[in-house]
Amino acid sequence: MLHTVNKSPFERNSVETCLEHSKDGSAILLIEDGVYAATAGTRFSDMVKAAMGSKTVYALKPDVDARGVQDKLMDGIQLVDYAGFVDLVEQHDRVQAWL
Amino acid sequence: MKLGIQVNEGPYQHQASDTAYQFAKAALEKGHEIYRVFFYHDGVNNATRLTTPPQDDRNIVNRWSELAEKHNVDLVVCVAAAPRRGIADADEAKRNGKDANNIAPGFRISGLGQLIEAGIQCDRLVVFGD
Amino acid sequence: MSEEMMEEGGGVVKKFLYLNRKAPIGTVYALESLEVVLIGAAFEQDVSMIFMDDGVYQIKKGQDTKGVEMKNFSATYRALEMYDVEKLYVSKESMDERGLTADDLVVDVEVLDAAQLADLMDDQDVILSF
Repeated sequence: MLHTVNKSPFERNSVETCLEHSKDGSAILLIEDGVYAATAGTRFSDMVKAAMGSKTVYALKPDVDARGVQDKLMDGIQLVDYAGFVDLVEQHDRVQAWL
Repeated sequence: MKLGIQVNEGPYQHQASDTAYQFAKAALEKGHEIYRVFFYHDGVNNATRLTTPPQDDRNIVNRWSELAEKHNVDLVVCVAAAPRRGIADADEAKRNGKDANNIAPGFRISGLGQLIEAGIQCDRLVVFGD
Repeated sequence: MSEEMMEEGGGVVKKFLYLNRKAPIGTVYALESLEVVLIGAAFEQDVSMIFMDDGVYQIKKGQDTKGVEMKNFSATYRALEMYDVEKLYVSKESMDERGLTADDLVVDVEVLDAAQLADLMDDQDVILSF
């Protein structure tokens, strides 16, 4: 399953709740304001880093760049563009949006 | 891959419509089929012909209309959510006694069944919202 | 992933999940997502609804909207059964952290913990988020 999260973890609990309810082996794609969850040194970084142990965490590069946090990303976050987003949708049999 | 897309938010207020558009565009470029884009909640506001964004900014409504025309994408605006928010085609305007209609080219108004049907027919349904 | 069942006549039956995570009244999502469920019932798919995070408040008893002059649709959740929508689930964690119990709810639901919800969600074919 591909999970998308589009809200900042500081605004809403969507990142947290997604990580709590997604199974090992899931792919998590952070888009829009959700990309802030991919940055280092925040109070959510440890939570996201821990998730990376059993899930693959991606961030949408155009959203990362748009917000100027390209220099703040945690190691292990995989960047994709919109074409990569489409590929992820194709590679996983379903998509779940955490709004 | 046959894709269905749901857009829950209006233009400019949230990034949902932008992301959905970029995703749809990338999917089409890769040769996938966009079976339907269903606009719900404030997403129906993506269908207003009366939009006049600043010249130096993207025209979200026109972009969707152009995508529909170029790639024959079915853009559906919910028949329940649209009248609530004042989006009407000529038929709906007449039916509801309104003195104007405002739907943009390429969009059509139809029922929620179109969303369910997209879920049934498509390989993937991707939701963009807030 | 669940297998698609073929119902009589060759119609595809998919597992549809409606994911409700937002409180009612403050935003329109609860009301309009319920409208999707009701219309969608006609398509005879295998429907589940999950109420989690603030979505558990959608089915809280005692909603009285007279003062805010907004539509009170909480009774509609009790009508879901008539539409063959009977698989209603709430998150145990979401209820606990809000001080709610099953007695606070307007409709019968099955209470699941995070791991059980994860399994349930993983079993679905189409997930609609609002």
